[in-house]
Amino acid sequence: MKKQLFILIVSVAIIAISCGGGGQKAGKEKLVTLSAAGATFPQPFYNLAFKKYNEEGGPVINYGGIGSGGGIKSLRDRVVDFGATDAYLSDIELSEMPGEVVHIPTCIGAVVIAYNLPGVTGLKLTPELLEGIFLGTITKWNDKKLADVNPGLALPDMNITVVYRSDGSGTTYIFSDYMSKVSQVWNDKLGTGKSLNWPSGIGAKGNPGVSGTISQSAGTIGYIGFEYAFAQKIPIAQLMNKAGNFIEPTLGSFTAAADAEIPADTRIMITNSSHPEAYPITSFTWIIMYKEQAYADRPRATAEATVNTVSWLTGENAQAIATSVHYAPLPQKASEQAALILKDITYQGRPVLK
Amino acid sequence: MNGDRVTKALLFLSSLIILLLSAGIVLSLAGGAIPVFKEYGLGFITSTVWNPTSGSEEYGAMPFIAGTIITSILALIICIPMAFSTSLFISEYYSGTRTAGILRSLVDLLAGIPSIVYGFWGFYALRPLLISTGLTDQGFGVFTASLVLAIMIVPYATSLSIEIISMVPAELKEAAYSLGATRREVIFSVVIPAARSGIVASFILALGRALGETMAVTMLIGNANMIPKGLFAPGNTMASVIANQFGEADGLKMSALIAIGLLLFVITAVVNAAGKFIIRRFA
Repeated sequence: MKKQLFILIVSVAIIAISCGGGGQKAGKEKLVTLSAAGATFPQPFYNLAFKKYNEEGGPVINYGGIGSGGGIKSLRDRVVDFGATDAYLSDIELSEMPGEVVHIPTCIGAVVIAYNLPGVTGLKLTPELLEGIFLGTITKWNDKKLADVNPGLALPDMNITVVYRSDGSGTTYIFSDYMSKVSQVWNDKLGTGKSLNWPSGIGAKGNPGVSGTISQSAGTIGYIGFEYAFAQKIPIAQLMNKAGNFIEPTLGSFTAAADAEIPADTRIMITNSSHPEAYPITSFTWIIMYKEQAYADRPRATAEATVNTVSWLTGENAQAIATSVHYAPLPQKASEQAALILKDITYQGRPVLK
Repeated sequence: MNGDRVTKALLFLSSLIILLLSAGIVLSLAGGAIPVFKEYGLGFITSTVWNPTSGSEEYGAMPFIAGTIITSILALIICIPMAFSTSLFISEYYSGTRTAGILRSLVDLLAGIPSIVYGFWGFYALRPLLISTGLTDQGFGVFTASLVLAIMIVPYATSLSIEIISMVPAELKEAAYSLGATRREVIFSVVIPAARSGIVASFILALGRALGETMAVTMLIGNANMIPKGLFAPGNTMASVIANQFGEADGLKMSALIAIGLLLFVITAVVNAAGKFIIRRFA
């Protein structure tokens, strides 16, 4: 008797659950669900934008912030509709994909140097100082080299603790890409990559981990995505750019950095821009997707929803959302380029966008 | 009779699934680790370089093996006096009293606190305390991680020790009392010698727990991929490096991480087997 009752309860539960799922679908019959995964760097923007798009009648988009590498892997394994990455795919990586992959820039993000020195704000840093601090050759906050660049600041006699990302990340990639451009020593010792062989300092996981560690510990300095420093109100250093000006990280100085010749496939790193107003550690972040959308039995509706979503993301409405979470919008040239690429995306050989 | 056979078959099947699962884990770990061992041979285990930058890639497991063993042993050393005295207090001195009952449930409660909460506590409460001693700049490092690990494994060692101490035959203790021994004499000359192997085994099993602990360690050890230069220097452990790096890893790096997982599996298995062996042999 007990056994039968148990079976009855279980089957009722199963039916209830499956009906619940079906009921939800019936309500929004035409909607497809898209899945996407990748970079955490633009995730605050994507989360907000996708939510807004869904409210406007767009598809439900599940974005997994699993890191740029994970995004590329997921797209290669065809388990997502599109991926997201902070580092564009190299020619070798592109050739390893099972189909032709295109890059669509979605916004400009910046990596800022955040620090925690009680009573000190308005720190200025040059590429030489960054090299010295992050390679562990400048170890004290009152080092003469630091004091020379910051004459007005009362720098304390305190050890410098560098905080870096312990996990592989696009943020590290952008920062090390810049450092390799401005420092030969850096290029030889550490190079460019998503995770590096740090000579000193401590590692923390994720942008929240690094910003949390910095805000909790005096004497620390580290690199984080701009919006994380902004959210936690951690002081940010001004950096000397290629033209020799000290630049405060602002959306305007990020956009200025993108004022460059953008190649047709948009694969370009815009760090160390020569624009006099440009903040030097900025980068596009990209959505990656297959040029031919008919693969792995995807229905046409899914392909259309995918392309429409990305197209909307590079359009005016979504770009305004980017600004509200402290990413710089795409400059005109980049959004024109993105539109051209999206136009070429096909389903069974025919363009998806009308 | 028929029902008995069905039950037997069902039970056998469930045990078989466990067996297959463990075998599957070992197999897939070993399979994934092949590329890195092909590249570096056994030198992978002893190499101290961990350089993930593409172009100059080189992987060695020694910094993480060292970090894991140092933090776990240190945690064990800190844990022994705490767990040992607590278990004696609960099972002998205040055995059967209300105080012992409350204390026992508190110890069990400690075992139930999630790892991340210990990490939080270490990050926000323990670390500032260590910084204020002036021994360390930021409070991240091997010692902080070991201290939190020690507190995390105390409940395991304590619970097991209590069970083992209460298994000491009452006749033995009564005999000692009737000969005029004091309570302290009974504990140190009768109870502890009788339960010695079991107590040792309980600490070895606690050590096994410490080896694999991930989240709290990641938050406190500083995640520097090098052999720790001192007690207050940052380092990294095997479990922590895997948790940190697998997300962006592929190719050789992924294989290196899987190989570290395999090594951790082997080390933990050996430690656990040693604990079980001691219990069976001497208990």
